[in-house]
Amino acid sequence: MNTGTDRVKRGMAEMQKGGVIMDVVNAEQAKIAEEAGAVAVMALERVPSDIRKAGGVARMADPRIVEEVMNAVTIPVMAKARIGHIVEARVLEAMGVDYLDESEVLTPADEEYHLLKSDFTVPFVCGCRDIGEAARRIGEGASMLRTKGEPGTGNIVEAVRHMRKVNAQVRKLVHMNEDEIMTEAKIHGAPFEVLMQIKKEGRLPVVNFAAGGIATPADAALMMELGADGVFVGSGIFKSENPAKFARAIVEATTHYQDYKLIAELSKELGEPMKGLEIAGIAAADRMQERGW
Amino acid sequence: MTKIGVLGLQGAVREHVRSIEESGAEAVVVKWPEQLDELDGLILPGGESTTMRRLMDRYGFMEPLRAFGESGRPMFGTCAGLILLAGEVAGYDEPHLGLMDIKVERNSFGRQKESFEANLVIKGVADDYNAVFIRAPHIVSAGERTEILAECDGRIVAARNGQYLGCSFHPELTDDHRITAYFVKMAEQAKASLAHS
Repeated sequence: MNTGTDRVKRGMAEMQKGGVIMDVVNAEQAKIAEEAGAVAVMALERVPSDIRKAGGVARMADPRIVEEVMNAVTIPVMAKARIGHIVEARVLEAMGVDYLDESEVLTPADEEYHLLKSDFTVPFVCGCRDIGEAARRIGEGASMLRTKGEPGTGNIVEAVRHMRKVNAQVRKLVHMNEDEIMTEAKIHGAPFEVLMQIKKEGRLPVVNFAAGGIATPADAALMMELGADGVFVGSGIFKSENPAKFARAIVEATTHYQDYKLIAELSKELGEPMKGLEIAGIAAADRMQERGW
Repeated sequence: MTKIGVLGLQGAVREHVRSIEESGAEAVVVKWPEQLDELDGLILPGGESTTMRRLMDRYGFMEPLRAFGESGRPMFGTCAGLILLAGEVAGYDEPHLGLMDIKVERNSFGRQKESFEANLVIKGVADDYNAVFIRAPHIVSAGERTEILAECDGRIVAARNGQYLGCSFHPELTDDHRITAYFVKMAEQAKASLAHS
């Protein structure tokens, strides 16, 4: 029996497809998420919009919160470690967390190097804005990708930008000649072998979810329409007026993303969604998407 | 051509579609109960069983799925799908569809870091099958009419009970389509015998 193989790690993400992964900060929220039909929960100390407000250094969650969430639900539990923080990642792995997010939402621990994720038994998800980032993270051993978007803003524009860009670059790669791939690898700072694999298979070798700014059922459906394999919803759910109803609506809109009458029904009287932020109003230094290399 | 549906509410739907097509049948992604009528067989894919169950309830799938199975048309559950088919789920008062005469236990091999690949002998299908187990359930016990097809580490991981086929692992994650081909054959035989009755 072999544990921690690529197939087992990537396969875990395949099982999440078409689903919604929700940020939660305690057992009660985790149960609401599970009840609403979330495919997994991300256990955090604070949701991204609160991290943004609190300022200072954002770190791995208190292990007690993660443990509390793991004990509360039967669906998989994910948790975030700081970029390059080997020990936070090892601690979360030792606790039995099902999936780690090496996340730009937390303050990076290393401004040069990401984790060598292939060294771990637990699978990782990482953010990406373009094919270069996507391929570097896959090269380091990420088993799942997500758009970075701009977390904690409730503004979908950056997630849309990142999803469109990655998919356009994948399409371009697929149509290139094989003798052009090395130069493409040089341009994007991407590992050649990963680009060759994308070219041969006609798609990314791991699933790519949408994240960073999804605030309504229509936002979730839009990301599915643009080719996301599923969605992460961070601040959107538990910062809305009626989280349980909101969570159910997002799950259904993700499953039936092209059923517009249904989405209209789901979107009725949901109450106020989270208050959004205009990206231009966020100083460059405060944009989480700029973190990661 | 034999038509096999894949319940398309959540999970590894695309992979099963590919595997069905590789096995020479037509694949249909099922998002609404009305689509069941045209099918000769149905696969309940891997994914999250709690999520699929919520959506099955929301869209009125439970009774139509039970009627589908009881009509004699074959159903195949993989991982989460096996949990949905089972007659009993350890630790829960009620099963989901409750169609297959087996008792299953969820996440019984541990959390994700304990997920694994192993080589199996599957009776009537393969004696060298590379199986992928992800937070997998296992079959704790099987009824008299249920045939045990594979075991791993002393636990039952594949079985057949009449028109119901189930396994703990994910055939859809590999390029080995032998178990899907076995199911397609079950559907072809059922189609032929239902046409005569």
